Amino acid sequence: MSSTRRRFTGLAVGALALATTAAAARAATELTVYTALEADQLKAYQAAFEKANPDVKIRWVRDSTGIVTAKLLAEKANPQADVVMGLAATSLMLLDKEGLLLPYAPKGLEKVKPTMRDPADPPKWVGMDVWSSALCFNTVEAGKRGLEAPTSWADLTDPAYKGQITMPNPASSGTGFLMVSAWLQMMGEEKGWAYMDALHQNVAAYTHSGSKPCRQAGAGEYTIGLSFEYRANKTKKDGAPIEVILPKEGLGWDMEAIGIVKTTKKLEAAKKLADWAVSEEANRLYAQNFAIVALPGIASRLEHVPGDIEAMLIENDFAWAAANRERILAEWSKRYDGKSEPRS
Amino acid sequence: MATASGPLATPLPVPAAAPRPVRQALSRDDLVMRAGLGLLVLWLALSVVLPLWALLEKAFSGPAGEFVGLANFAAYLATPALSTSLGNSLLIAAASTVICVGLAFGYAWALTRTCLPAKALFKAIAAIPILAPSLLPAIALVYLFGNQGFARWALFGHSIYGPIGIVIGEVFWTFPHALIIVTTALATADARLYEAAVALKASRSRIFWTVTLPGARYGLISATFVVFTLVITDFGVPKVIGGSFNVLAVDVYKQVVGQQNFQMGAVVGLVLLIPALFSFLVDRLVQRRQAALLSARAVPLVPAPDRLVDRLALFFCSIVAFAILVVLGTAIFASLATFWPYDLRPSLKNYDFDNMDGGGWESYRNSLEMAALTALFGTAIIFGGAWLVEKTRRFEGVRGLVQLLALLPLAIPGLVMGLGYIFFFVEPSNPFHFLYGSMAILVICTIAHFYSVAHLTAVTALKQLDPEFESVSASLKVPLWRTFFKVTVPVCLPAILGIALYLFVNAMTTVSAVVFLYSPHTQLASIAVLNMDDAGDIAPAAAMAVMIFLTSAVVRGLYGLVTRGLLARTQAWRRR
Amino acid sequence: MEAVAGAAAPAAPYLRIRGVTKRFGTFTALERVDLDVEAGEFVAFLGPSGCGKTTLLRAICGLDPPSEGTILQGGRDVTALPVRERDFGIVFQSYALFPNLSIRANVAYGLVSSGRPRREVERRVAELLELVGLGDQAEKYPAQLSGGQQQRVALARALALRPGLLLLDEPLSALDARVRARLRGEIRDLQRRLGITTIMVTHDQEEALTMADRIVVMNRGRIEQVGRPDEVYARPATAFVADFIGKMNFLAGRLLAPDRAEVAGAELLFEPPLALGPGAPVTVCLRPEDVVVREVERRPANRLTAEVGVMEFIGNHFQTTLHVPGTNLDLSAYLSINAVRDLGIRPGRTIPICLPPDRLRVFPEPPRPS
Ligand SMILES: Nc1ncnc2c1ncn2[C@@H]1O[C@H](COP(=O)(O)OP(=O)(O)O)[C@@H](O)[C@H]1O
Ligand SMILES: [Mg+2]
Repeated sequence: MSSTRRRFTGLAVGALALATTAAAARAATELTVYTALEADQLKAYQAAFEKANPDVKIRWVRDSTGIVTAKLLAEKANPQADVVMGLAATSLMLLDKEGLLLPYAPKGLEKVKPTMRDPADPPKWVGMDVWSSALCFNTVEAGKRGLEAPTSWADLTDPAYKGQITMPNPASSGTGFLMVSAWLQMMGEEKGWAYMDALHQNVAAYTHSGSKPCRQAGAGEYTIGLSFEYRANKTKKDGAPIEVILPKEGLGWDMEAIGIVKTTKKLEAAKKLADWAVSEEANRLYAQNFAIVALPGIASRLEHVPGDIEAMLIENDFAWAAANRERILAEWSKRYDGKSEPRS
Repeated sequence: MATASGPLATPLPVPAAAPRPVRQALSRDDLVMRAGLGLLVLWLALSVVLPLWALLEKAFSGPAGEFVGLANFAAYLATPALSTSLGNSLLIAAASTVICVGLAFGYAWALTRTCLPAKALFKAIAAIPILAPSLLPAIALVYLFGNQGFARWALFGHSIYGPIGIVIGEVFWTFPHALIIVTTALATADARLYEAAVALKASRSRIFWTVTLPGARYGLISATFVVFTLVITDFGVPKVIGGSFNVLAVDVYKQVVGQQNFQMGAVVGLVLLIPALFSFLVDRLVQRRQAALLSARAVPLVPAPDRLVDRLALFFCSIVAFAILVVLGTAIFASLATFWPYDLRPSLKNYDFDNMDGGGWESYRNSLEMAALTALFGTAIIFGGAWLVEKTRRFEGVRGLVQLLALLPLAIPGLVMGLGYIFFFVEPSNPFHFLYGSMAILVICTIAHFYSVAHLTAVTALKQLDPEFESVSASLKVPLWRTFFKVTVPVCLPAILGIALYLFVNAMTTVSAVVFLYSPHTQLASIAVLNMDDAGDIAPAAAMAVMIFLTSAVVRGLYGLVTRGLLARTQAWRRR
Repeated sequence: MEAVAGAAAPAAPYLRIRGVTKRFGTFTALERVDLDVEAGEFVAFLGPSGCGKTTLLRAICGLDPPSEGTILQGGRDVTALPVRERDFGIVFQSYALFPNLSIRANVAYGLVSSGRPRREVERRVAELLELVGLGDQAEKYPAQLSGGQQQRVALARALALRPGLLLLDEPLSALDARVRARLRGEIRDLQRRLGITTIMVTHDQEEALTMADRIVVMNRGRIEQVGRPDEVYARPATAFVADFIGKMNFLAGRLLAPDRAEVAGAELLFEPPLALGPGAPVTVCLRPEDVVVREVERRPANRLTAEVGVMEFIGNHFQTTLHVPGTNLDLSAYLSINAVRDLGIRPGRTIPICLPPDRLRVFPEPPRPS
């Protein structure tokens, strides 16, 4: 009996100790950050930020661009997020339109390229890096099927590629949306849709995530995956027999950006994160994943991506894209939803 | 007066007092137990009824919470995707059910009615799918029959992405559920019927059609409904391998997670509740009939050897067992390959979860924690609750209510349960809102989701105890809790451990309810599988599914060892 | 000591049951039962299965309190008291021994909770086990004992707290015949030694007749008769009791006069007389062993001649059927071996018999179809 009691006491003391440690850890401000950044990038950003700001801890809520956007819009009456970081600028513009973002000029804003921030002053959002579309082309499977590597968007409508292409669903994937937006801007609405109609004939599946097409191309599940340059680079580095192709007509792109949610109760911590996000340290980290970042002079080259991405980016009218996002997605769903993977 | 010399005359009939109803005073035990039942009702109301109510409410209200009547349903019915999804769902569920119940019947028949060798082995293999999330077979199918699958030829050019893949995956996943039900039904056969049939010189096939099949009919009906419901409400398999083939369960997910359209999600959720409720009612009805058959049985059947039949049984069971092992083996193999399909050298690269979507190893640790907490608290609540229901004196109304509430989760698909939970707990005005996004809500939801089966197990175990234990304790003035801990719990220990195992394994593998409830710091392994697959990290997804399987299998093994050890040590009294 | 107290003042009965009714829904399991049990008495509730014996026992101890009525135990109104505030020990038909506890722990179960010092508990357990003759089985588990031993463990456990009232619900019915016969005596001895007021439920008349000081015969939720075993046997108060206890000839008859009835063509005198008009249907009962065959000529009334039918040798007597020629009267009779030998009774012979009027029990009702 008494030994049981002693064991209980031990347990209780242990539990108390645990609770105290947990409480100590909680003493730091916990910042809820909604993001669409890739999971493999989050860790490095978080570690660097928390090292510089030990009194703030980040709690990520991560999902794909479409879902994070929808979630933020759905919660607009009662926002849960303190900061939105690493979400497409087009999405942040939508949030801004709903009046969800707080104008704030982070320390060091003056160094940021003028094209990579909200033109308003102070800005509601500031860009972090540029991500752009890229093709992943599986050379082994292409060899088996005798397929030539495509060099342009136009090539992708070649009937030879029928059933060999996957692309992200623009409703859920930011990568998917920036492609569609780019085609419509480059070709004009009418030709743009005609192009997508033709492409649709060759597409085997529209995936939920922007990474999956490249992963699938890497695994030979399909030969060509429409994806983005970071994932293409990483997949090739992981050992996939792919070639990364930048279609010659130009690349759709979007910015990953950061903004503070107006209703945050942790403004100090939120500002710290925004300040850190435009710092040189942060930009160097972005540069490990992306060729083009917000601060000039830090641009890097991705090991497995040939060519100069920055030069190939199209003229992108973000305001137009943001304003027309809903209409474009509705039209897209009407035309192509049949081949969509679940969760669009 | 100590001897027979006491006054023995017939007592005078004293004029009886006017009859007055007797109300027995409540003892402290009675009060404590009633209070316990009251708490249990509150718990079940909070964890089952109110979330379900929140779902109903949501389905009938607009985005701002205003009552809109059937407008959401009208909007849903106007969506062209609906009829497609509904048709697809019914098709998939029907096909999977027919195949699964057919296979399960054959397998169960071989296990119970033939002299199949290595029955224990075949039983163990058939239980494998229960230990893995439904995503595991789906992922394995991609490796088997996908465009790079090594058995792709077997599909004759058809794509695994779509109905074929869903049906195979669902059959794999639901097989053990059907098998358990059908085996139980077949095991209750009365040998005398067979002897009579043989004496009447009925042929083997005639006996099968006139004795075996009718005897198992309730089991078959029950299994049919259970499998149908499981399939129509599962979204793990269609999510991974469904391609563009939309089904209702995925629609819910799309509406809620993809488009944050809660009202529409609630509507589809209610649609999914219909087959589940229906199946629940049929199952209850059938169970009663089955019980009647069971009580009437007298002589258990001992199968006689028959070379031809036994060989056929072995052949059939071997094929099924082989298929199960191939699916599992494929997942393990794919998870260990360096870069499928181009570099098949073994490596643990895919187990480096920390650098992938899905929450990393932490999600695995979270799952372990969640499963352990669910097993611990769930077993305590469910067994304690069943004991209260069985042993509280009188108080019939509340006991009946608890019985009803305890069985209710059986009629609620996990998906619907999870939806109800977000709707209920997300409201900032809810005093329990603080649970939202916590580990506690996952544990509470999982306990609620799997309450019924565990409750029934506990009730069965308790009913096997002598009902007079409590009477004896009361007459000896021993508090009931002492009898509970000194007698009831030790005697029911095998059942209690069984409940804990059931809860643990289900908590490890479940996706459907918790997918709506996890937060970044309560990522779970099963959801990591889903998310990694989503991001195209299919090999790591397979790896995580394998981790879940291994964990469940190890815990299952431990359970076997512990129960054996416990039985040997603390239950010496069972041996004569 | 107790005997002195009892002799000094005829105190109120230890247990006084008044107007006890128990209903299960619309079904009435006990109807207005009145009963007194004296201190130190051994009372048996006897009746067919389902007649309400257990229900009455459980009403007495509060496990299933009555719907109406009062129960006084030792002068205290216990009707509505919770079980644990009462004073009784109980042995169930199933014994309800805790299977995971040793015999010692089973017997000590109530003692440990009562907060007695350990020494005392140990001493008491040893004493109890000695009392039931299981001193050497203390460390075993119930499943390792025979049925009879388990029964005694249950008894020891029930006696542990020295209750004022011992309740036994069919304590012997799970045992085989020989063990049962032995335990009857043992339980009876124990009860007398301890002087504990005891109520036993049984459906076995032999058990009730051999063990009890008084028998309470029950039928359909009512008490039919209360009395000493010999009384109940010799003078059953109702046809039901007559039928239920012992062997009995049931003869349909019609009243001719208050002390005379016509039975199947024969005219029989009986006593005491019945206060009914002539022509009333009656049942005339006679135990087979009460048929007189010796010195019939010295009997004043109810002399008949009878043909002897088939004779079965039962061991210590013969059983036969007697037919009275010229009537429809058939009787079952037990004939002692002596009488058969002395009188040369053989099947087919005609012998004089007498049905003594004081042995005939006449009930004012037609016999129930049995
Ligand atoms: N809990 C109960 N609910 C309904 N009926 C009961 C209950 N307990 C006993 N009865 C009924 O009351 C009658 C008397 O039962 P019982 O006292 O157990 O008989 P017995 O004389 O064989 O001990 C039976 O007809 C039985 O069916
Ligand atoms: Mg009884």
